[in-house]
Amino acid sequence: MNDKLFVKGSEAIAEAAVRAGCRFFAGYPITPQNELPEYMSWRLPEVGGTYVQGESEMASMNMIFGAASTGTRCMTSSSGPGLSLKAESLSCALGSKLPHVMAIMMRGGPGHGIIFPAQQDYEFAVHGPCHGGVKQFILAPSTAQEAVDLTYSSFDIADKYRTGVLILGDGFLANTIENVTFPPMKKLEDLPQHKDWKITEYDPNHHKLITSYFPPEIMEQENIKMGQMYEYWEEHETQYQNYLMDDCEILICAYGSTGRICEEVVDELRNEGLKVGLFRPITLHPFPKKVFEEIDYNRVKLIVSVEMAIPGQLVEDIKNYVARRTRVEHFGRSGGVLINPGEIKEAIHKMVEE
Amino acid sequence: MERSLLVAGFGGQGVMLIGKNIGYTASKKDLNATFFPAYGAEMRGGTANCSVVVSDSKICSPVKQELDEIIVMNDLSYEKFAGRVKKGGALYINSSLIEAKYEGDDITTYYVPVADIARKVGNPLVANMVMLGAYVANHEDIDVESMKETIKENLHGKENLIDVNIKAFEEGINLMKGGTQ
Repeated sequence: MNDKLFVKGSEAIAEAAVRAGCRFFAGYPITPQNELPEYMSWRLPEVGGTYVQGESEMASMNMIFGAASTGTRCMTSSSGPGLSLKAESLSCALGSKLPHVMAIMMRGGPGHGIIFPAQQDYEFAVHGPCHGGVKQFILAPSTAQEAVDLTYSSFDIADKYRTGVLILGDGFLANTIENVTFPPMKKLEDLPQHKDWKITEYDPNHHKLITSYFPPEIMEQENIKMGQMYEYWEEHETQYQNYLMDDCEILICAYGSTGRICEEVVDELRNEGLKVGLFRPITLHPFPKKVFEEIDYNRVKLIVSVEMAIPGQLVEDIKNYVARRTRVEHFGRSGGVLINPGEIKEAIHKMVEE
Repeated sequence: MERSLLVAGFGGQGVMLIGKNIGYTASKKDLNATFFPAYGAEMRGGTANCSVVVSDSKICSPVKQELDEIIVMNDLSYEKFAGRVKKGGALYINSSLIEAKYEGDDITTYYVPVADIARKVGNPLVANMVMLGAYVANHEDIDVESMKETIKENLHGKENLIDVNIKAFEEGINLMKGGTQ
């Protein structure tokens, strides 16, 4: 297979996962990410892997629990509604420290929502969806190429911290076809073998237990360790794009697809004489909060969170981190109505005039 | 160089394929290209459109409010999108189905009777390839042979349809080269 392809975001994520060593996929069909499992259904058997279409989202997630227990690099995918259904098993897998990767393509509203591009699940994915206080990595790629690069590295992150990585995208990322260059196929023998915890066969001399259930004192210690790990992530694992932030007077905050669209808005507004910059978080958890401690609030007079979500969700976090040191506004489209650079520009001009 | 195109029609007219072929052929030339499809759950009969951006540098937004070029294949798309062509841009109209005439001289309009030509070629389903030919004829930077290869690649498994598609594509080119409109 060629390393360079003109390919859909969903398929790009699937191929990147295979090249990262993913050999098990279980999922249940739901738009707008069906091309991902479809790709896996023929691609995994080609490399000796296994594809299963589960009977439900939750069953698929439980299969991930099983596959991850054997130390196999594994993945599932769904949409926002699917994440709700997977949440119970996901919490259990994270509590049991089972490395895995999940791709979620958001929909345009609650319930059935709508299949067109939207970012209505920031709040749910970042501050939920798990019970018991467990968290995971949330990565938000803005282009198919970035989705490939992040997916490729996500399996390493999952292994390193024995955690989950959720790749959060939308109908834009899933369905846009663009040029992508793939990294090389990893050799399975070079990957971490997890000999100390994986369960593959009975060994009378070495009993292993994968569980999220502990007696009180141990459970507390586990929770303390988890908390310390999340602090460590915040210190060492955050990623973001700084586009012309360093001298900006107006700062746009946007993630994922909206982030790439806003890059164009920054260029055009700069041409029109406004000093605009873009902060695009790539890790939504751990969130690059530190950025908001480094901003010169005498210079930055306006921060605008641009999202395909109404009411705004990212904006609430930004307000929290800015802590009233400057004006924070929200501009969004939602429900699957496409957001475009022209209307974002207009909205910002209007805010500046106010 | 950045060029944006929107292709719109109803499901079944092959509007996606027009856009995909243009994006894919550009990507083969090491240009950047994005193709974004928008359509409902229905396969045929619903509205469908796609946005294609081709650029020699990084593409930020795959969708635009105003576009350099728009291809409309049915009345509904004409009503919805004709006003979104940038000043100085071009509008390609399937004049076999759309009776309206664009008023104003701020853009260039091409009236292409794609369905009539497709019928002459022998298969009404290849009207989209006639439109693709008309579009390619106006763009010297799109290699005709490379586009033919793209058309063939996308007909993998339907080899019996290659000839009629290529013929329709060539007819579209001939029509424009012949100086129609």
